Amino acid sequence: MSAVLDHHGGHAHDDHAHDHHPTGWRRWVFATNHKDIGTMYLLFSFTMLMIGGVLALGIRAELFQPGLQYVNPQLFNQLTTMHGLIMVFGAIMPAFVGFANWMIPLQIGAADMAFARMNNLSFWLMIPAALMLVASFFMPGGAPAAGWTLYAPLTLQMGPSMDAGIFAMHILGASSIMGSINIIVTILNMRAPGMTLMKMPLFCWTWLITAYLLIAVMPVLAGAITMTLTDRHFGTSFFNPAGGGDPVMYQHIFWFFGHPEVYIMILPAFGIVSAIIPAFSRKKLFGYASMVYATASIAILSFIVWAHHMYTTGMPVTGQLFFMYATMLIAVPTGVKIFNWLATMWKGEMTFEVPMLWAVGFLFVFSMGGFTGLILAMAPIDIQLQDTYYVVAHFHYVLVAGSLFALFAGVYYWGPKWTGVMFSETRGKIHFWGSLIFFNITFFPMHFLGLAGMPRRYADYPMQFADFNAIASVGAFGFGLMQVYFFFFIVLPMMQGKGEKAPQRPWNDPDGRGAEGLEWEVPSPAPWHTFETPPKLDATATKVVG
Amino acid sequence: QVNDLPGGPAVNQLNLHPPASQIAEQQQWLHWMMLIICLAIFVAVFGVMFYSILKHRKSVGHKAANFHESLTVEIAWTIVPFIIVIAMGAMATRTVVAQKDTSNADITVKATGYQWKWGYDYLKGEGEGIGFLSTLDNSHREMSDAGAPQGDDYLLKVDNPLVVPVDKKVRIVTTANDVIHAWMVPSLGVKQDAIPGFVRDTWFKANKTGDFYGQCAELCGKEHAYMPIHVKVVTQAEYTAWVDGKMKEMQALADDPSKVWELADLVARGEKVYQANCQACHQANGKGAGPIKALDGSALVLNDPAAQIQILLNGAANGAMPAWRQLSDTEIAAVITYTKNSWSNQTGKLVQPAEIVAARK
Amino acid sequence: MAATTPAGSTPYYFVPGPSRHPAMVALGMFFVILGAGQWVNGAGWGAYSLLLGVVIWLSVLFQWFRDAIAESEGGLYSDRIDVSFRWSMSWFIFSEVMFFAAFFGALYWARVHALPMLGNLDHQILWPDFKAIWPSAGGGATASPAGTVEPFQTMGPWPLPTINTALLLTSGLTLTIAHHALIANQRAKTIFWMWITVILGATFVGVQAYEYMHAYRDLNLKLSSGIFGSTFFMLTGFHGFHVLVGMLMLLFITLRLMKGHFTPQRHFGFEGAAWYWHFVDVVWLGLYFLVYWL
Ligand code: HEA
Ligand code: HEA
Ligand code: CUA
Ligand SMILES: [Cu+2]
Repeated sequence: MSAVLDHHGGHAHDDHAHDHHPTGWRRWVFATNHKDIGTMYLLFSFTMLMIGGVLALGIRAELFQPGLQYVNPQLFNQLTTMHGLIMVFGAIMPAFVGFANWMIPLQIGAADMAFARMNNLSFWLMIPAALMLVASFFMPGGAPAAGWTLYAPLTLQMGPSMDAGIFAMHILGASSIMGSINIIVTILNMRAPGMTLMKMPLFCWTWLITAYLLIAVMPVLAGAITMTLTDRHFGTSFFNPAGGGDPVMYQHIFWFFGHPEVYIMILPAFGIVSAIIPAFSRKKLFGYASMVYATASIAILSFIVWAHHMYTTGMPVTGQLFFMYATMLIAVPTGVKIFNWLATMWKGEMTFEVPMLWAVGFLFVFSMGGFTGLILAMAPIDIQLQDTYYVVAHFHYVLVAGSLFALFAGVYYWGPKWTGVMFSETRGKIHFWGSLIFFNITFFPMHFLGLAGMPRRYADYPMQFADFNAIASVGAFGFGLMQVYFFFFIVLPMMQGKGEKAPQRPWNDPDGRGAEGLEWEVPSPAPWHTFETPPKLDATATKVVG
Repeated sequence: QVNDLPGGPAVNQLNLHPPASQIAEQQQWLHWMMLIICLAIFVAVFGVMFYSILKHRKSVGHKAANFHESLTVEIAWTIVPFIIVIAMGAMATRTVVAQKDTSNADITVKATGYQWKWGYDYLKGEGEGIGFLSTLDNSHREMSDAGAPQGDDYLLKVDNPLVVPVDKKVRIVTTANDVIHAWMVPSLGVKQDAIPGFVRDTWFKANKTGDFYGQCAELCGKEHAYMPIHVKVVTQAEYTAWVDGKMKEMQALADDPSKVWELADLVARGEKVYQANCQACHQANGKGAGPIKALDGSALVLNDPAAQIQILLNGAANGAMPAWRQLSDTEIAAVITYTKNSWSNQTGKLVQPAEIVAARK
Repeated sequence: MAATTPAGSTPYYFVPGPSRHPAMVALGMFFVILGAGQWVNGAGWGAYSLLLGVVIWLSVLFQWFRDAIAESEGGLYSDRIDVSFRWSMSWFIFSEVMFFAAFFGALYWARVHALPMLGNLDHQILWPDFKAIWPSAGGGATASPAGTVEPFQTMGPWPLPTINTALLLTSGLTLTIAHHALIANQRAKTIFWMWITVILGATFVGVQAYEYMHAYRDLNLKLSSGIFGSTFFMLTGFHGFHVLVGMLMLLFITLRLMKGHFTPQRHFGFEGAAWYWHFVDVVWLGLYFLVYWL
């Protein structure tokens, strides 16, 4: 099978004449190929990013000035809710699964995912769910408007779209669980001989741990929303105090899911960054083992910090203290990661192609979000800041500048491998600098708004908050335009094959230093089938030798 | 043009409100401490990074070293941040404990969140027995709809502020009638969710007089942005005077639940209750909206006074229709009578307060 | 990809060719969630859409499993793939454990936290007459602060749940006997004990159905009986549903055994179903103590 290895260009299919490579729509709908499914995941999530982004622009347009201009308060709450849900479950999570699909088999030298058909099922299940979520805007009473956290008992007041939403979330959860099982099994059982766990690229490690998080918490979310459903329609009183239930119980169950969920959205990002920084520093990743342990520590700690979202619900003082200290501890393993990346860059031989720019941008801006997280973790300060725009600022710094920036970094880094085409460096830089600047224009002022006490999920606000809101709104439109630019000037040309042909190892110097890993051992674009029989690896498990 | 609102937000305010209680001062202090430490770490860490970016780049001819692990530094940069965060937590612990200590209050006030207003009941201490609702000034809601807001207290002006004396420990007991709300006043350093069916508490001791503003801080439905909180902190003498006045006013307004009403009077009274409490969901035309049931033409309203009383007292649909026990017997009787005699419902039936008294048992 | 392997040897990897099953399942699910969402809101057509979805789903599942079984019997699944199936089944069961954990958590929270709190001194301003007694302490209590829940009696451990416990424990045993027989290549014995297991499982479901009827008819214990009814029915209900699914799994395994599938060395399908059954068993023990006894 070494025929597919180590040659430039995309004529690797010749020796596969016997493969019935399906064409047309069948190729996608009936897909069992991890690369095709990965592509579908990525396109799906980008579509959802656009939809969620348009909803965000609705929010920002309304908040551009005080007073109601474009939407009524109910519709505003719908926008906020659906923006959160679509971004979290439709954009960020599937995007990382798309990366997992594309990269994990390539990185561990496997032919495909362990369960190729189930893999496609995980993808296609998202389609009815997404349709349902989007359709909920057109149901009587409009879309769910209880916030993405869907707190009871407000959810009991929602119209029929709430149930559509709940069922959609069930399906998305099933999709995530199946996807995670697939990833775990692929990583544990499909590695090429010689690819020991501690030689595996960090992206695989972070995804392995993320998949465990998903399996542990998605069913809990399913439980929470099932209780909501039965409270709504079948007379149960889980969240109804008149029958002995407790609305706060919903929050405990939700955040037991919700906090690990936010690490689900950042750990794979750490994996992507851990691949890019060594490549462009021309130096091995510093402290590989401690990176693995730090990732695992973050995951384990994430299960015991959930109530930092609930300081204002009136927990006993011991509860507040426990959750405060536990939350602050997460800064330690996260710090270890930041420091290891720095040490990787230190005394390297850095160049700053677009993927590296995004990775460095990620480090810088994500850390700001991390620090505001730490400030929120302090219970007394959180009493001031809970449910204000400070929180909104915090999580967009970690989610947009964290997860989304890392996703962009990954697209630029591996995009040439996927499509066989190089993007334009200049355009990539425009996209990066434009996004970075507009991102900060949008979300930095929100810290001030939050400190000054502007509550989140508000359709209208006191006049004193007007200027910062106006700035944020301008930034949001700018940021949105940059993403449109990204699609039309970078993604589309690459998908259409317009542009310079990508070499097999686009990020390596002539002497071979730079990006390492098995994904660079196959040509660009990666042929439809790779590693049909397990490759023989060198001692570091980064090169194919036979 | 807009100016700072003392006790509320200032124009382009960059930091927390000027504190008006000791807890708020401590929160402010902790925030500054965190900000400075985090900034210091940030500058140090990214100072190193940018130094490295500038010096260790290919374009300036730096050649890659090839070290890639060191147990010593890993241990160091685990232990040091560990100590830092524990120290941060330790600084906050005292305040956490103090915030939660609601014992020995001079005055206890229950704050009840309604969709979409606040109800205050003075439970203990001077002023015990006073109770009133506090609603956003209607002109502000109209300005909002018109998209043409004005004024320094836009969205913060209420009809009846909560009045409390300065330098007295005020315990606020929160609860809610329908969904979760949150009672927050930044200058006083309090924010406490108000949870239906449960009570929670928090406290403050204002150390200066003045007006302090806050807003509902938990998503509670469509008018979430329109249920502000206004705390008026006054001197002890002013407070005593206010209590006297309020008591007299309430006595004058109190209803006798054994009074037997005429239909027209009760409907007129009921209309006011309806507008204040029911209209937001059931609509002025009684038709409801979305999941909210219509009252106009409803069989239950037309025919079944007992069931209707039960629903008003206990709620329905798992709390989607909240319980309205806190209304007086007269008010409940009036509003039921109103629904039986409005829109197309012209039953001529009438429910007397005495029936509510009986049903409450 | 199977095609690249010389006849007779199992491939290192198994990558199935294009398949329409996944997309069809998704289509079925579309009708399921569309229908279910409308149905619970009283739109009659929702039920038909739900039904249509379930039919699509089941028929695709049937074909899918048929394909997979054919592949398995066709010798396409190497030992490595066997291991993959083992991992996946284990982690699937783990996810089920977490699902039940949410409901056990709700039970814990309601009993240990919410209910006592609703009855404490502070809460007397809201619920002046409420005494926080978990209903299992005595008949007639409602666990409802507002008194809106009709009085009901609780379901004690005796006799039905205890019978059910015995049934499930026995079925675990008979299943193990069947497994040993399979390993010893005594097919007739395996099949016999499998049928016993399936029957025990079916009886469990029957007893539970009877128990529910009893609860509704005689005890006035309903889904709407406050938090007690909510947790009781949701926990036992989801468990009962899992028993049903597990029983069907065992049934199909038995039918496959009768068709001559599985070998003493290779029978993951059997083991996977058995694991699932044991998991259901363990959950039941949890329920038996936490829901019925305590
Ligand atoms: C990708 C997602 C993501 C990530 C990674 C994080 C990371 C963190 N988050 Fe965040 N968070 C969210 C997403 C995320 N969060 C979301 C979506 C919400 C709102 C949900 C909602 O209500 O809708 C939220 C809300 C939220 C709250 C609740 C606020 C409120 O509602 O009142 C809190 C409180 O503790 C918090 C804390 C933290 C902490 C301590 C971290 C830590 O993990 C951060 C650790 C990182 C660093 C600290 C920086 C780097 C470290 C160093 C350079 C080392 C040296 C540092 C020190 C020694 C201090 N987050
Ligand atoms: C998970 C990731 C994620 C991402 C990527 C984003 C991205 C953005 N978010 Fe969001 N956000 C959340 C997760 C995310 N958000 C969550 C979880 C909440 C909480 C919800 C809740 O409270 O329940 C929230 C809430 C939230 C709020 C608070 C709402 C409120 O409290 O009422 C705001 C307000 O400004 C906001 C803004 C934005 C903006 C401007 C972007 C931008 O980055 C979006 C940029 C993208 C585009 C704009 C799309 C591309 C453009 C087009 C398709 C063409 C049209 C464009 C132009 C003509 C310019 N978000
Ligand atoms: Cu009340 Cu928000
Ligand atoms: Cu969190």
